Parts: sequence; structure tokens; C-alpha cells
Amino acid sequence: MKQLDFEALKHSPSFKPLSVLNEQGDVVNEDMMPDLTDEQLTELYKQMLWSRIVNDRATKLNRQGRLGFFAPTAGEEASQLGSNFAMDKGDFLLGGYRDVPQLVKHGLPLAKAFMWSKGMVNGNKYPEDLAAVPPQIIIGAQYVQTAGVALGLKKKGAKQLAYTYTGDGGTSQGDFYEGMNFAGSFKAPALFFVQDNLYAISVPAKVQTAAKDFADKAVAVGIPSIIVDGMDALAVYAASRQARDYIVAGNGPVMIETLTYRYGPHTLSGDDPKRYRTKEEEDAWHAKDPVVRMKNFLTKKGLWSDDKDKAYTEEVDKEIDDAMKEVESQPAESVAEYLQDEYEVTPPAIQHELDRLNSKEGK
Amino acid sequence: MAKLTMIKAITAAMDEELARDEKVQIFGEDVGKNGGVFRATDGLQAKYGKDRVFDTPLAESGIMGLANGLALTGFRPVPEIQFMGFIYEAFDQIAGQMARYRFRMGGSREFPITLRTPYGGGVHTPELHSDSLEGLVAQIPGLRVVTPSGPYDAKGLLISAIRSNDPVVFLEHMKLYRSMREEVPDEAYTVPLDKAEVKQAGSDVTIISYAYMLQASLQAAKDLEKQGIHAEVLDLRTLAPLDEDTILESVKKTGRVVIVQEAQKQAGVANQVARLIGEEGILYLDAPIKVVAAPDTPYPFSQGEEPWLPNKKTIEKAVLDTVNF
Repeated sequence: MKQLDFEALKHSPSFKPLSVLNEQGDVVNEDMMPDLTDEQLTELYKQMLWSRIVNDRATKLNRQGRLGFFAPTAGEEASQLGSNFAMDKGDFLLGGYRDVPQLVKHGLPLAKAFMWSKGMVNGNKYPEDLAAVPPQIIIGAQYVQTAGVALGLKKKGAKQLAYTYTGDGGTSQGDFYEGMNFAGSFKAPALFFVQDNLYAISVPAKVQTAAKDFADKAVAVGIPSIIVDGMDALAVYAASRQARDYIVAGNGPVMIETLTYRYGPHTLSGDDPKRYRTKEEEDAWHAKDPVVRMKNFLTKKGLWSDDKDKAYTEEVDKEIDDAMKEVESQPAESVAEYLQDEYEVTPPAIQHELDRLNSKEGK
Repeated sequence: MAKLTMIKAITAAMDEELARDEKVQIFGEDVGKNGGVFRATDGLQAKYGKDRVFDTPLAESGIMGLANGLALTGFRPVPEIQFMGFIYEAFDQIAGQMARYRFRMGGSREFPITLRTPYGGGVHTPELHSDSLEGLVAQIPGLRVVTPSGPYDAKGLLISAIRSNDPVVFLEHMKLYRSMREEVPDEAYTVPLDKAEVKQAGSDVTIISYAYMLQASLQAAKDLEKQGIHAEVLDLRTLAPLDEDTILESVKKTGRVVIVQEAQKQAGVANQVARLIGEEGILYLDAPIKVVAAPDTPYPFSQGEEPWLPNKKTIEKAVLDTVNF
């Protein structure tokens, strides 16, 4: 794979999106074809298909009242999982509320992700060795924390990085700039993704800024940035992998902008994209579908087939069913637990509340 | 043992903890070579190196985001926000993130962060440097809000705060930095969090206060003593969560309460203290609860400070009103 010149990208981001596959799944940029084995290529596709299936099932489960908050991910599989696929287990993930697929593929049990959706704190009780935090709700807040995690990794001498995601709207937050600027100033190992899906709920990306591209913003903080076709998993992977190598070698942070599209509404809580998007626009993006594109690529290589799709879908359906069983057998949460978990050392005033609560429940 | 100012006691506390625990990280604006605008971190970078004590870019949200991120990687961050009036810039990282991260993660992670910040009036600063914003942070579940009233407590409380695995907002009243000295042990010691202190025992009335107003209350109590009024003076020290037991015990003993704070009547923690007494101690009372506080306007420019801030005289008057009710 040809090496990207990150030092040059510090001063002028690439405005032509990096791509490897065309819409039919043919390799159009051999130079940037990542060095992945057939097994790895297949695994990357399976993760994307998994995400599409989870998206569709979670949407139904939400409609049935069996799951809660859900931010649809269909359309963004290449952006989310192509990038995540380039990371190591020890890398620290700080995502937003739509970045749940990366969390699960980084090691969070699916049942826990579903518990989070349903509003159970147990979903956020993370295993000790999971290098991640729960999905951030405040837009941009994870960016400044990423600078801190990255600085911590650097101080510990870990050959690892912190990686984070926000969207086109997130680039307008002060925290977006502060996070990248702090990481740049400390030369901390951080990788900042901007998943530009053209809308912050309904507000078009062009309302966010006068900058030509979001990648321009990295120039101001002195870090390299690159724009990639966010519907092309191999392009996203290639840029992410090279960025990771550059960062972990001690060169400081990188920003990657992925051009992508969310097929569904912002969340399932009442958003109707028909109010702000046209059918023509949606159709044009569906033609670039990241899952179909990767499947065509693998099929042409003789690595995948419709039958395999079907068999794998059954596997994922079972995984979802099992996770839902676990979610639905969770005991009810109690206020007493909340009070106990609030502080490591419970202050007397909180203990009094706990005592009053327990004596009331005792009666 | 030496007689130290509060600022020196604060430096000594950080010095002890930097030496004791490699995970302690001190950072903020001007805290490095310059030793902080008040010299709280004077000499610490030279002693412990730039990896442990360092300057950051000038952005408060970034500083608190850094603290949260460092805590997530196992460090014990002690960030400084240069003046408390600047915390608005960092409010999400404090209230939306630091305060609730442990709760959010069901107790599966710890956030041993001590946010230090100077506040308080009477030192003629520009706007937004003197505001008493302790009420804002005291209303956030998940935090401890601590403020010392002198050098001895400052060192012991700050050491306790840094060693705590829960986040602490540690407020340093600027007028106390250099206006008084106390005997401060050379070695490390702790003053407990969550615990108010009876600074002076009395039987006629309880004055409940903290930080600089605690000193003003002690002076008022001295004058009142000459008039035959024995005031008990209580230093809250931890403003949230409150030490309910010590407050109620004193109210039970004296039956009269004056709560003194520098913050406006609508702000601070006086209303929380009054709520507690109203709910749990009203039958102990022989007179209505009195609150001495600043008027409900934004903090005034420096020429307006003197008539605006509560002082020894306004405290004395309130105590007399309460005692003579």
C-alpha cells in the first residue's frame, strides 16, 4: 500500500476523497489497496453485515417497545467499522451515541449495548479490560476527553492511541477544536474521526461552517487530515491503518473525515428525514451502499456468496435473540444501588438517604 | 511546624502528594514555570518535572476534558482553573461529565480528580474573578465541594481531596491566601472530607459559615462575647454533601441559627442548610433562621464590593436580631 504523506497533509488536506473501491466493488486504486488477508477482508464485511442486521432488528425491537433509545447506523457501516477494524484491542474508544457498532466490535457484549439502549445502568458497567467509555450524548464532549486519554497513554509509554468520533455538526462545537488543539499541543496519540453524514439532525452540513471542508479545520491546529469515501470500507480502513501507524510512532494526532450518509432518521424518537431530505438524494446514496459494495468485491474474488449471507444472517439473528434474552431477564434496578454507586466512599448525607430508603422499603 | 499562609499550605499539600503518588498530575494555565498566578504551584515543576506539573493551552473545557481523560487512564489529576468565574467555560466537563462518570458507568470506573480554583471577593479583581459560585457546583450530585477557612485545614483537606477516589471541587478563597497564618505541620496529615467543625463552642446561637466569612464570623463572635452572647461557630468545610449531623446537633444545642455566606441570597449553600434545619430541626428553634448573604445582583465591580459584601458588622446585627427575637 502506498504511504500517505501525513506531514504534507498537515498543511493541505486532501480534498479529493480517498477511495479504493468503486460503487460496483471493483478496485480502482490499487496503490491504496490495504494489505489484508482474505480472512480479514471477509471478517470486515461480516462486521458490516452484522451492523446492518443489528440496525434493522434494533429498529423493530424499538418499535415493539423491547429496546429504547436507538440511533440508526445503516449507511455508515464502512465509516464506522472500516475505521474500527484498523484499531487494536488496547486502543481506547470514545464514541458518540451512534457509534455503538464500534463499541461492540471493540469488545462490549451486545447484551450490554442493548441494556444501554433500554436505559439500564448495567449496560455501562464495563469489564475492567475494555478500553472504552459509554456512548457520549453531549456533542463534542468526547473530543476533549480523547486528548486526555491520549496524553495518559503517552505518559504510560503505551504503544496505543485514543480514537473518537463526532459528526458534521460536532465540528462546530468549541470542544471539537479544543480537543484536537490540546492533543496537537501535547503531541498525544489521538485519532479524530468526523463522520460527515450531511445532516446534524436536520441542519445541512453547509450551515455549519464557511470552511470548504471539515478537514480544513485540522490545519488550524497543525495536525494532518484526510478526506475519505466513507461508503468504501477499504478506503476508510487504509486511511485509518496508516493514520494509526503514524500516530503510534509518536508523530501526534490525525483527523479523518469520512463522507457518509445515514439512511434512517436521526434517532427513532420522532425524527422524519422527509422534512429535510429529498428522495433523489437518498436514492443516490443508496446506490453507493457500503455493505453491497464490499459484498460485490468479495463475491468477485470468490470469497462470498448469497448463501453465505443467508447463513450468516441466521447466526446474527440468533446472537441478537440471545442478547435480548439476557436484557429481558435483568433484575429491576433500585434507587439504593444508584446511591451506593454514586461515590466510592459514601458521604454521610447520602448514607442517611439510603437508610431512610431502606427503612421505608422494610415497612 | 511553621506558621504558614494558606497559599503556602496549599503548595505544601500538592508537594506531599506529588512525592507520595506518581499518578498525581498537576496542570492548568500558568501552573508550570510561573507557579500559577497566585504561586500555588511555585517550584513544583522544577522539583517534579514537566511530565507531572505542566502548562496547558488556554481553554477551560480542554483542561477539564484532559482531567477526565487522564482519570480514565489511571492518573490522579489535579487541574487548576485559574479563577472560579471561568468554570462556565468548562461546565459540561464538570457537571455533565466528571460529576456523573462514575455513576454513568455503574461504579465500574473511578474519577479521582481534584479541581482547584480560587474564588471570593474583597480583592478588587476585574469582573468574573471573584464570584462565589459554590452553590452551582454544590447542586451537582456526584461531586464533593470543599472549601477551607484557613491554612491548617487547607493542607489537610487538600491532601484528603487528592487521595479521594471521587471527584472534588476544591475552592480556595483568595482573601485567605495571604491574610492570615496558622501553625501547619511539616508532614502530611489529613482533615476529613464530609465533616463540619465546631470552631468555637457556644450556647446562645449557632453561626454556620465557611471560607472567608467563617473568619468574619469568628471576629463577630468575639465582639458578641463582650456583649455576653456566646455564639457557637460552625465551619462547614465540605459544602456538599452537607455534614447534616454536626449542623443539627449544634442547632439542637443553641436553638438559634444564623447562616453566613458571601454568595448572593439566591446562591451559595445557605438555602440548603436552611432546608435541612427546616425539615429536620425546626422544633429545636426558638427564632426564625437568619441568612446573611450578598444581595441578589451579579457580583459588582470592585468599587461596589465593600457595601455589597457581608461583613463582621452585618453578621453581628443578624446575630443580635436572632438572639433578641
